[in-house]
Amino acid sequence: MFGLIPAHLAAGSFSPLPALLAFSAAPMAHLSLLDMIVIAIYFGMVIWIGFYLRGRTNTSEEFFMAGREMSAWIAGLSFVSANLGSLELMGWAGSAYQYGILATHWYWIGAIPAMLFLGLVMMPFYYVSKTHSVPGYLNLRYGEHARVLAAFSFALEMILMSGVNMFAMAVVMKVVLGWDITFSILVSAFAVTLYVALGGLRSAIFNEVLQFVLIWGGALLVPILGMIQAGGVSGLKTKIIANMHSDSYFHLWRDTGSFAANPMGVHWTGIVFGLGFAISFGYWTTDFLVVQRVLAARNLRAARMAPIIGSFFKMAVPFIVILPGLLGLVLLQNPDRSPQQLVGEDVVKACAAGTSGETIADSAACSTAMSTKSTLPAAYQARVLAGAPGMELHSYNEVLPLMMARYLGPGLLGLGITALIAGFMSGMAGNISAFSTVWTYDLYKPLINKKGSDSHYVMVGRLSIVFGVIVSIGAGYIVQHAHGIMDYVQALFSIFIAPLLATILLGMFWRRATRPAGFLGLLFGIVFSVSMFVWVHLNPANLRYVALSPYAKPMAENVFRALWACLFTALVIFVVSMFTKPRPDVELEGLVYGVTPLPKEEPVPFYKNEWTWAILVVVIFVVINTLFW
Amino acid sequence: MHGSGIPIWFFIGVVLVIYGLMIFGYGVYEWQSGIYPPAVELTDLHTPVWWGAVLALLGALYVVKFRPGRAGK
Repeated sequence: MFGLIPAHLAAGSFSPLPALLAFSAAPMAHLSLLDMIVIAIYFGMVIWIGFYLRGRTNTSEEFFMAGREMSAWIAGLSFVSANLGSLELMGWAGSAYQYGILATHWYWIGAIPAMLFLGLVMMPFYYVSKTHSVPGYLNLRYGEHARVLAAFSFALEMILMSGVNMFAMAVVMKVVLGWDITFSILVSAFAVTLYVALGGLRSAIFNEVLQFVLIWGGALLVPILGMIQAGGVSGLKTKIIANMHSDSYFHLWRDTGSFAANPMGVHWTGIVFGLGFAISFGYWTTDFLVVQRVLAARNLRAARMAPIIGSFFKMAVPFIVILPGLLGLVLLQNPDRSPQQLVGEDVVKACAAGTSGETIADSAACSTAMSTKSTLPAAYQARVLAGAPGMELHSYNEVLPLMMARYLGPGLLGLGITALIAGFMSGMAGNISAFSTVWTYDLYKPLINKKGSDSHYVMVGRLSIVFGVIVSIGAGYIVQHAHGIMDYVQALFSIFIAPLLATILLGMFWRRATRPAGFLGLLFGIVFSVSMFVWVHLNPANLRYVALSPYAKPMAENVFRALWACLFTALVIFVVSMFTKPRPDVELEGLVYGVTPLPKEEPVPFYKNEWTWAILVVVIFVVINTLFW
Repeated sequence: MHGSGIPIWFFIGVVLVIYGLMIFGYGVYEWQSGIYPPAVELTDLHTPVWWGAVLALLGALYVVKFRPGRAGK
């Protein structure tokens, strides 16, 4: 689930994961017996749900599409939960620690407009076409080549993401709890494999809803208790301004008029068009991982309502992610009760073994790494270099578990850890179930065995889940031991998703788009996106051209690269379409806006109408953005 | 939720009741004994007691509302 994780993770700051291990000799927290029981009950429940649903998952429609019988609430919560991975939770909490509430853009403008657009505008076409997957829609609209290209890239992305996510989560468990990495990987992979292979998408969705509730139950206490200790909103603001000498931490938009004026180094144009359109619409409307959850809805109205319901919860997620990051800025303390400063993982790595009076392995490297951090006071750097006892050095990404360890005692800590594990498992189950569907419907069926029976495809789906998890584990280990590769793996998401967005949007809303144009647009869009990534990766100075400013920081790269890739793909599709023969309208019925008669929906009271709730979401969205302007 | 039998909300209710009672029970023990984990802040708020109670009550609500015999009504 690296879909929308922060750039400092996506750009590879988890690449030195072993560095975390090198520094953190002692785990952050110790679980009691009660905590262990809480975690064991969770594992027992998710596996039991898999076995329970096994007998109700016999046909391919039931296995891959959950029988298309999910209510709007279940589909909506699952839709949000599949995106709520634990690395995302921890990564954005770390971003909030570094950049303040600017990180909230990834939850609000980076999600809400796209979710509404999916529900109100795009869902009818996905749903009416009765496609099993997003590549399946491409097949209907553009033909086999576009489908295979999209399916292959998506399947590859899912496997690699799943593997990297699994390994990264195991490292986090090692750092936080001292658990053995292989043990964490095997236990979590076994549980996910079992319940998804047994109950298919229905089991994945059921567990995602359960996991969503547990994530809130486990993580909600941290901001509540933190706010009490910080003295409420005014106390938090006062303390942050006193500590950081800036009130930028509380403004979403005010300081985005120039790249240099905000700590994230982004411009509002990048946030609105790159994040709010190219990345967000790409992820929430074309990434099959999330779209699959909505396709499982019981009817068109439920399918349209699901993303709208999800958007309410998405808007609330910053409360358990962003707020703990902000609270960490003023509340975290070293063991000697002095204020604790979190640092980048490069500093953690460079200053390994530099605390508790131990000698720093490489003082010069440690000093250099710290000197590049303007937020790290000189006196603090001196204490680290001196190996001052009573101090701990942790990375930004550990702010959430650190806050958990600060407030949660026996039982509650187990619930908090369960929330992190649940987040990881819901993300992985999403990867694996989406992989299984795309592999079976879009690669195996059209390319290998077109005439299999329904039960044969269910068996292929189950086997592909087992196979996918095994390959994921292998991929995770390989990637971790090959320096540099992880950067590329984590960039895959933003590389593929923007060209796919342009391809699908033009296919859905422009009837003139032709089959060759769709395939070539997607292909060249991906090539263009990869080229930009490699260009900046080989020479980071090139970022100024991609993001249009010498002050742009890595966070800006993803959003601008996605924007250019999306526009380039649209240009290719437009040009090729102009020189190739369009399909007759009759062939586009059910696929394209303007030639698709949408099914009449039964009239319902206003409080059950999706437009009513969408308007309410828009109002709340505008209010909270204004409030934190 | 046709075809899937027991609603997912019932499962969620059961889990919340179990977790809530366990955490509430520990919180009461902690309060009675006065032994608190040394590294944890704000222990005077007795968080496990009220949070455990909230979880248990919420779970009980779901269990009653979505119990299998009542599902679909």
